[in-house]
Amino acid sequence: MSQNLDTDSVFDADVLVIGGGTAGPLAAYKAKAANPALRVVLLEKANVKRSGAIAIGMDGLNNAVVPGFATPEQYVREITIANDGIVYQKALLAYAERSFDMIRELDQWGVKFLKDENGDFDVKKVHHLGTYVLPMPEGGSVKKILYRQLRKAQVLISNRFMATRLLTAKDGRIAGAIAVNSRSAELLVIRAKAVILAAGAAGRLGLPASGYLWGTYENPANSGDGYALAFHAGAELTNLECFQINPLIKDYNGPACAYVGGPFGAYTANSRGERFIECDYWSGQMMLEFYRELQSGRGPVFLKFDHLAPETIAEVEGILHKVERPSRGQFHAGRGTDYRRDMVEMHISEIGFCSGHSASGVWVDEFACTTVAGLYAAGDMASVPHNYMLGAFVNGAIAGEHAAEFSRDSDLAELDPGQIEAERQRTRAPLRNATGLPANQVEYKIRRFVNDYLQPPKSPRKYEIAQKRFAEIRDDLKRLVARDAHELMRALEVHSILDCAEMAAAASLYRKESRWGLYHHRLDYPERDDDEWFCHVQLYKDASGAIACRKRAVDPYIIPVETAERDAYDRLRILARN
Amino acid sequence: MSFAENPSEFPVTVDPEKCIADKGCTICVDVCPLDVLRIHPETGKAHMKYDECWYCLPCELDCPTQAIAVSIPYLLR
Repeated sequence: MSQNLDTDSVFDADVLVIGGGTAGPLAAYKAKAANPALRVVLLEKANVKRSGAIAIGMDGLNNAVVPGFATPEQYVREITIANDGIVYQKALLAYAERSFDMIRELDQWGVKFLKDENGDFDVKKVHHLGTYVLPMPEGGSVKKILYRQLRKAQVLISNRFMATRLLTAKDGRIAGAIAVNSRSAELLVIRAKAVILAAGAAGRLGLPASGYLWGTYENPANSGDGYALAFHAGAELTNLECFQINPLIKDYNGPACAYVGGPFGAYTANSRGERFIECDYWSGQMMLEFYRELQSGRGPVFLKFDHLAPETIAEVEGILHKVERPSRGQFHAGRGTDYRRDMVEMHISEIGFCSGHSASGVWVDEFACTTVAGLYAAGDMASVPHNYMLGAFVNGAIAGEHAAEFSRDSDLAELDPGQIEAERQRTRAPLRNATGLPANQVEYKIRRFVNDYLQPPKSPRKYEIAQKRFAEIRDDLKRLVARDAHELMRALEVHSILDCAEMAAAASLYRKESRWGLYHHRLDYPERDDDEWFCHVQLYKDASGAIACRKRAVDPYIIPVETAERDAYDRLRILARN
Repeated sequence: MSFAENPSEFPVTVDPEKCIADKGCTICVDVCPLDVLRIHPETGKAHMKYDECWYCLPCELDCPTQAIAVSIPYLLR
């Protein structure tokens, strides 16, 4: 084996966690806590201290299930309804039942949540039906607190390594992963008994309206690598046609944010300053009403603060300009926008994959298991819908504990030298090319086509044209050139982005109905069709290596949903006054 | 290599008087999620090497000497 591996570094892990943002640290921590004897390795493309969707902290929990405010059963019902019924309820319930314990554990670690004068958690209402939002006005330090716990637990952290392919054994189970260092281009081969994918959203799929590749809603380091890793390892992905599309501050492309402002009295308004939706919770139905308002004579759409008392606005600014996206204040100042006087212009984001706000992702069950033995997924890339930061923590914890148990009962699988050699060739190619295409140009072109052809509303002819263009660009990938290790990382990310674009197109064409409001709004099938499409769409790699789709029935509900409740999210619009 | 130069204004600026990278500090380089900062081999000071900024601010917030200023990239400003 060693001569086959050439100069690559090889090491072994019991549990390998890919991604050190939100779910990943919890997965690594809980695997180690479950069995301190395990060798738990955490790979991070950036640096665990400041990485992933919560690199600069988070301004609140959007799905806290706190006794006295909500029960796990109510939460499961709310998300079932918000997601038009297409959910695997067991995974939702597994999250909801551990939600409060996780909040208490984070509280003990030093994460600060809003509490009332009695010291109880001060939960706010933003969702359509229940009460689940727990503000974190001092949530800037979350990553530092997580980092401290990882060090204490003696998790082995490898920063600046981008996982590029998973390795599988002859019987299909997981065998490990290959990673490339973004500073040295060193190739790392990791043998592992269990692998947990926590690589975040596909945030560089669509192109922001600004045209700036890095001006995305998601942390742009989240380039969809996890979806590509899972797909190529043979795992099933689900409901990828349920895109992430968010209402964001125009141009700045970050949240304004209704979850923070809403409980203080801010709301989404049209150009007349009037409400047009009852509820600002981010759902596909809400985004469809937002889209219609933009298209109407009453657009554009704004977030309205200017009716609030100055001290209330100061409090909101104290959160919005310090946590999650702290450069918001600078952006507003640059344009002379003052919440006291001006409404904040909002816009529709580029598309992405992210279960944090929608429902797509690598298919996982209630133990965070994917369809590949020994492979887990958690966080924004796993299929537990509307999961947000707290869901990433909880499902990361579930994945870590289950993976620890799995690795106890299994051996390291034998590596396939052919897989390693093929990946070496793929990852070395951009460095070997003396001339060719720089990654940023290829990426720009893919993402512009994503906007031109895949951004909803969806037209099948446009999707077919997109598939043709993507196939042409796939031929171009061999011409990608990298002058250093950093550019190599970008070139390899382009491979992930193209994989995600092709998956988004295939899944959207497969589901011949409209569902989830704007997320999957098809012009040729404008209605929901429960008879044919009350199911998940599973996407996978077929024997020829191509993308294939199939239906998966929705498992019988364990928490029943009343027929009268089912369409609650379809009735968001407030009829306009004349 | 046949790349054209494509100039753009860098959002991250470093005050060389305040920057202590030449004394071994690498905090801004470490905390950048996009890994766009480097220590310049000649000046020993931190600088932005790749135009891939998310204007997320850890470099500015975590710098021990307040040497860094991040502005919103011009295309978004």
